[in-house]
Amino acid sequence: MTGTLLLWRRKTVNFIMLTVTALCTVLAAGVLVFILGYLFIHGAASLNWNFFTKLPTPVGETGGGMANAIVGSVKLLLIAACVGIPIGFLAGVYLAEFGTGTFAFIVRYVTDLLNGVPSIVMGIFAYTIIVLPQKHFSTWAGGLALGVMMIPIAVRSSEEFLRSVPIALREGAVALGASKAKSIFTVVIPAAKNGILTGVMLNIARVSGETAPLLFTSFSNRYWSEGFNQPTASLPVMIYTYAVAPYDDWHQQAWSAGFVLLTLVLGVNIIARTVLARNQHVAR
Amino acid sequence: MPVTGAEPPAEQPLPKGGAAKISATDLSFHYGSFKALHGISMEIYANKVTAFIGPSGCGKSTFLRTLNRMHETVRGARVEGTILLDGENIFEQEVSNLRRRVGMVFQRSNPFPKSIFDNVAYGLRINGMVRNRTELRDRVEQSLRRAALWDEVKEKLNQSAYGLSGGQQQRLCIARGLAVNPEVLLLDEPCSALDPIATAKIEDLIFQLKDSCTIVIVTHSMQQAARVADFTGFFLLGRLIEFDSTTVIFKNPAKKETEDYVTGRFG
Repeated sequence: MTGTLLLWRRKTVNFIMLTVTALCTVLAAGVLVFILGYLFIHGAASLNWNFFTKLPTPVGETGGGMANAIVGSVKLLLIAACVGIPIGFLAGVYLAEFGTGTFAFIVRYVTDLLNGVPSIVMGIFAYTIIVLPQKHFSTWAGGLALGVMMIPIAVRSSEEFLRSVPIALREGAVALGASKAKSIFTVVIPAAKNGILTGVMLNIARVSGETAPLLFTSFSNRYWSEGFNQPTASLPVMIYTYAVAPYDDWHQQAWSAGFVLLTLVLGVNIIARTVLARNQHVAR
Repeated sequence: MPVTGAEPPAEQPLPKGGAAKISATDLSFHYGSFKALHGISMEIYANKVTAFIGPSGCGKSTFLRTLNRMHETVRGARVEGTILLDGENIFEQEVSNLRRRVGMVFQRSNPFPKSIFDNVAYGLRINGMVRNRTELRDRVEQSLRRAALWDEVKEKLNQSAYGLSGGQQQRLCIARGLAVNPEVLLLDEPCSALDPIATAKIEDLIFQLKDSCTIVIVTHSMQQAARVADFTGFFLLGRLIEFDSTTVIFKNPAKKETEDYVTGRFG
């Protein structure tokens, strides 16, 4: 008698929990699908070839594109990745493999703190150390601001993925006569590379949408920015500028810019994963 | 005549087994404040199989790991006493070089997340032991043959090592260890995760390998020790209770503890 009651209870609890978790999943995914769908409908509508090839037109003139902003964003992210990823990754290696004692504790603590610093503060930092001395906005300054923003996540994600490599693999390498450094570079890092690269991708995706630190570092530019020493247009800043402007065709272009930015991030992700998928050794 | 670790080794002659490859003298081991090994003295004879048996936590694996200084990867581990390899103190040698000469296979197979070929080639590459691609291929094939794995994997050398079965993975790890031509191979419960057929294959392998290297095996299975080992050491609570030829240990042990353990009367 109590047995059937218990069974009934268990089944009910199971059903309720299953429903709640499924509902939350649908909700979480639903928000994402909604945003993507909205962006796609509005963004793709006014997207044409000119958007990728033409410069922005003056106010009142229709047409034009954001070629300079697309290239500008790519340049900014390139600098950011070159600054943030090597520093963050190597610091992560240090913390995961040699990080014991007070120094490592302080580094971890400071990294977490840095992660919590608002992005606009990173902008002020780059503004102070690059823009003010140079007395002009530049791609360098914007890239550096984004790069510094990437460091904390790069450190902690690399550290986590390196730590998750089983000790047995390290022992296997060391038992064959590898030094610790050699075992790290030939076994541990390759074993963790999928995770580390995923972290890098998420990191790039995160900073690619940052607007605040760019407002007073790379600023904006209605024309092509040559080299890295001039102010440059970038997609997030263009979205901001165009979205708050009082012109309907600018709003449309802002949607398109958002869509292109998303596609850019998605593209980088897909390429990276395709490259990774080759020559992969996954535990069964 | 057996000898115990607690007594000075010079007073009693060790069981005769030819030339000593490794000799440990009064070796003690500490994990922090815990003393895991108490004055172990023993000789491991060249081209023989030596087995360590004893209940869990008796120190047999710990002792095995000191033989190629793998204990140094554990923080707070400290060793006293000496271990000589061909008459030279291993604690005064360059550790990478020592580990190349004294290889190790672990309880759980631990192939690298690389192809089968790259797993075996790993030690050769990092130690710079081959001059060109052809030599590398030859050495890899030779090692896989020695580990009795070649016929099973020759068609899929470029596939992931994780696609192999548990027993094959363990033999791959043995092949990987053999590739660098170690003089001594330490096996830490190599069959504990394997089924009887895979175990039999590894035991056959051990038999063939002792021509070319000295083998030390830690095992939980007394039958396994009786099958493969020429000499057996019985460990209990961090002490080497008895060390003698396998026949003596199993048929006519000198110590009561040994007899209780090998006859299964151990509590």
